[in-house]
Amino acid sequence: MTPAAPDSTVAAPPALELADLEVAYRVRGIWRPVLRGVSFTIAAGESYGLVGESGCGKSTVAYAVLRYLARNGRISGGSVKVAGEDLAGMGDAQVREMRASKVSMVYQNPGGALNPTIRIGDQVAEVFVIAGINPKLARERATEMLTKVQISDPESVMRRYAHQLSGGMQQRVVIAMALAKDPELLILDEPTTGLDATVEAEVLDLVSLLREEFHTSVLFISHNLEVIVKMCDRVGVLYAGRLVEEGRADDVFNDPRHPYSVGLLRCLPSGGVRKDKQRLDTIPGFLPQLGAELPACVYVDRCGLAQEICSKEEPSFHDAGAGRHSRCHFWEQAHELPRATPASAAFNPVDQSAQPVIRAESLRKTFRQEGHAIRAVDDVNFVLRPGETLGLVGESGSGKTTLARTLLGLTSPDEGSIIELDGRPLEKAITNRGRDDVRALQIVFQNPDSALNRRFSVRRILNRALEKLRGDSGREREEHLRELAHSVRFDTRLIHSRPAQLSGGLKQRVAIARAFAGEPRVVVCDEPTSALDVSVQAAILNLLAELQADKGVTYLFISHDLGVVRYLSDRIAVLYLGRLMELGDAETVFSAPHHPYTEALLSSVPQADGEARERIRLQGEIPSHANPPSGCVFHTRCPRYIGDICHEQEPELKEVEPGHFWRCHYSVEELRELQKTAPPERPAGAPAPEDER
Amino acid sequence: MSVPPKPAPAGATEIGTASPAAVGARGDEARLALKERLALLRRSKSFIAGSIIVGFWVLCAIFGELVVPEDPLATDPINDLMTPSADHWFGTDRLGRDVFSRVITGARDILIAALLATILATVVGTALGLVTGYFRGAVDDVLSRIIEAFLALPVIIMGLLVTVSLGRSNTTLILTIGILFAPIISRTVRAAVLTERELEYVSAARLRNERTPYILFGEILPNVTGPIVVEFTVRLGYAIFVAAGLSFLGFGIAPPAPDWGLQVAEHYGLISGGFWWPVLFPSLAIATLVIGVNLIADGVASAFER
Repeated sequence: MTPAAPDSTVAAPPALELADLEVAYRVRGIWRPVLRGVSFTIAAGESYGLVGESGCGKSTVAYAVLRYLARNGRISGGSVKVAGEDLAGMGDAQVREMRASKVSMVYQNPGGALNPTIRIGDQVAEVFVIAGINPKLARERATEMLTKVQISDPESVMRRYAHQLSGGMQQRVVIAMALAKDPELLILDEPTTGLDATVEAEVLDLVSLLREEFHTSVLFISHNLEVIVKMCDRVGVLYAGRLVEEGRADDVFNDPRHPYSVGLLRCLPSGGVRKDKQRLDTIPGFLPQLGAELPACVYVDRCGLAQEICSKEEPSFHDAGAGRHSRCHFWEQAHELPRATPASAAFNPVDQSAQPVIRAESLRKTFRQEGHAIRAVDDVNFVLRPGETLGLVGESGSGKTTLARTLLGLTSPDEGSIIELDGRPLEKAITNRGRDDVRALQIVFQNPDSALNRRFSVRRILNRALEKLRGDSGREREEHLRELAHSVRFDTRLIHSRPAQLSGGLKQRVAIARAFAGEPRVVVCDEPTSALDVSVQAAILNLLAELQADKGVTYLFISHDLGVVRYLSDRIAVLYLGRLMELGDAETVFSAPHHPYTEALLSSVPQADGEARERIRLQGEIPSHANPPSGCVFHTRCPRYIGDICHEQEPELKEVEPGHFWRCHYSVEELRELQKTAPPERPAGAPAPEDER
Repeated sequence: MSVPPKPAPAGATEIGTASPAAVGARGDEARLALKERLALLRRSKSFIAGSIIVGFWVLCAIFGELVVPEDPLATDPINDLMTPSADHWFGTDRLGRDVFSRVITGARDILIAALLATILATVVGTALGLVTGYFRGAVDDVLSRIIEAFLALPVIIMGLLVTVSLGRSNTTLILTIGILFAPIISRTVRAAVLTERELEYVSAARLRNERTPYILFGEILPNVTGPIVVEFTVRLGYAIFVAAGLSFLGFGIAPPAPDWGLQVAEHYGLISGGFWWPVLFPSLAIATLVIGVNLIADGVASAFER
């Protein structure tokens, strides 16, 4: 990351200049302000990050810059200048010209950004054709462009359709198209949010690299502070449509000067914080409603530092030196913000000698698809002890969810698989399980919008669970309903609401309450916080930790966010292509030596703590389940590839230290030594990674 | 095991500050959204126009017999085929019956038949759609092929078949149309269910070991009512048309009932002789009713598909 070199850019006008930008949306006949006086400047060649929780107006900024607001939106004040030209003075033709040549945008969902019926080559070439280049030359330029975004076989990719590419490849194509016209400004709106950590890391590296090559200015929008810090020179923190803090990315991250930025950073489970040490801090309250009348300071209602002056007098954008600005009366004391949630954590250590609640042995699940056998889960063995959390990590397609569904009885495992509950075999299909077995295993899904029936009230959802799982009725049910709502800190006054009337965090609390209705022994948490904002995520993680300490429940916790997994897990299982690659205590797995795949996963997490770390890139994509690589399934992408033994012989899952298992030909000592340094380039003679399925 | 101290309620978690006022505002928004949908329906010009037309025919169906000037079944062979006049606004037919009275009272049979047939089709189609959409695999394959076979049958053949086996009556008409339309509705419902079944609330229900009928009708059905309502109104329009058509062909309501299709069938041969009124007025009645229902369907579709 090179900061904008001021000397070379003195002459060039700023790539983007927003002055007091106001945007309003008309909802039910009323104009509701969404952006309220947003001002910032992106110098030529600079990369600027915009961060904030959902509903803060981040994407609206992007659309306003492109003059592509939704039909019910309008710029109601202020000005937008792109490369020195004022948008307000532009006619439609000029706006089109600007979009065609000066500004590009990359959206969150690359699958939706590509036309499914046009071949990739034609789509990329189209950008050049529009710029007036003849079609034949345009195709050549398209090939060049795809090479630049590190697509290894551009000729073959150009002949394909969007659905034939993986998410990471699609996003590369979209970036290629965005940069094809050599824009002054590239807007990236959550470009890696839907991608796996390993793919995300690659895409981010690519963007950094291309930015240096093209000298493009970047507006990077993300809810993920770590990504922003990694990618941006400067950052603006947006809250309720107002810029509350601005400064160099490192400064804002290491020494935030606005209570909101402080709060956001404290919510993150980073730096190895664990549930047995402390609870995460949270941000109380909610974002103001769209277009609501705002108090003098937009953040006063949620701020632990607020005093009388805050609701009377609007804070100015205080200059905190070195390009720092904070819209807070008490910016100098921002770091003294009191915790909103006490740090003290109740915790019951896991009894390692206790009989396991769940024991899974030789767990296999094979799907049949067009004559192919797809082994989604292959020979997985593990135990869950009472009161512990087993974290399950791996890229998408590694079989995490299938494993969970198999355990729950929603999908039946293959013959020969053994699942035991409290030492006795469990029926494979849920329909054959008795009530006690059914209530013993429950799940919290990722997305509460889809997990809660939108037609039912909270009361009906929870009552049904109590009836079916506990056999409750009448007064007893009412009693349990109150207890249940209380245990997940759900306000009983909201019990008659439907899910759509609740915020994301409250909906997830209802989903958790439903899972706990039958006093389960084991709860599977399938990415329970990945659809939530960080402050809400912190509250939910705290709740899960508290429920565990209180009820002694066991969690199987699935997440792609390693910080979250680390916070909650006692032990961690790493899955790749349906196989267990590593299993051990959380801290053992997180500290070297680890399995080479775990090593790669860990190093792809953007580090916000400023600690520079050698990154390990996983090359290529996850191989096809239908045709897994020979020998060790990871050998095609392994950064520590040894030699022929890796593709000839599949390593056993062996106990390398007490309680620490991995599936690798290397021994602990060898990897401990090797992992002191980053791996070299892929060893010569290693088979080329498969780029596509 | 100790319960961790509950955080101080003063805005400690996001619940803490979920003040009833803030949540009340959310509740209001949801209610507003529903009101908005109804207001949208009320503002829809096609819905209003359709409602007026259909409303008129519904009134005729209910009160027609009480207000018409003559008994629609009373023949008067001496005054047959009289041109429209002050005595007989729409003239008389070949048996001297008052065409106006027959058109007005004719609304009842066709409305009842079409409505019942559509209800039958919707109930059967919804059940079929839920089952085929929820169970994939063999159940879906077998049922879907049968449904497709029904879809391929021409209306006339079906009508003939049912009439021959059950005799000519209102019931026959209702059954014919019901059986014919159920597969069409089932396809729409099936498509909606295919999306719903992938949602996790269905898995959550299975994890409570709910019985399949409850999952289908208790959990999924309430979430697919939108498309079902739209499909119902659309099919009602078609049902009226098909009912009139079958009556015209002699598969429907038996004479001497004042049915519109029957009236057209009995007199269309006389048009060449200049006797246009016994055909034109019942035809207009069919046309207005079908158009009216379709206008309502347009309004409902646009309000429910937003």
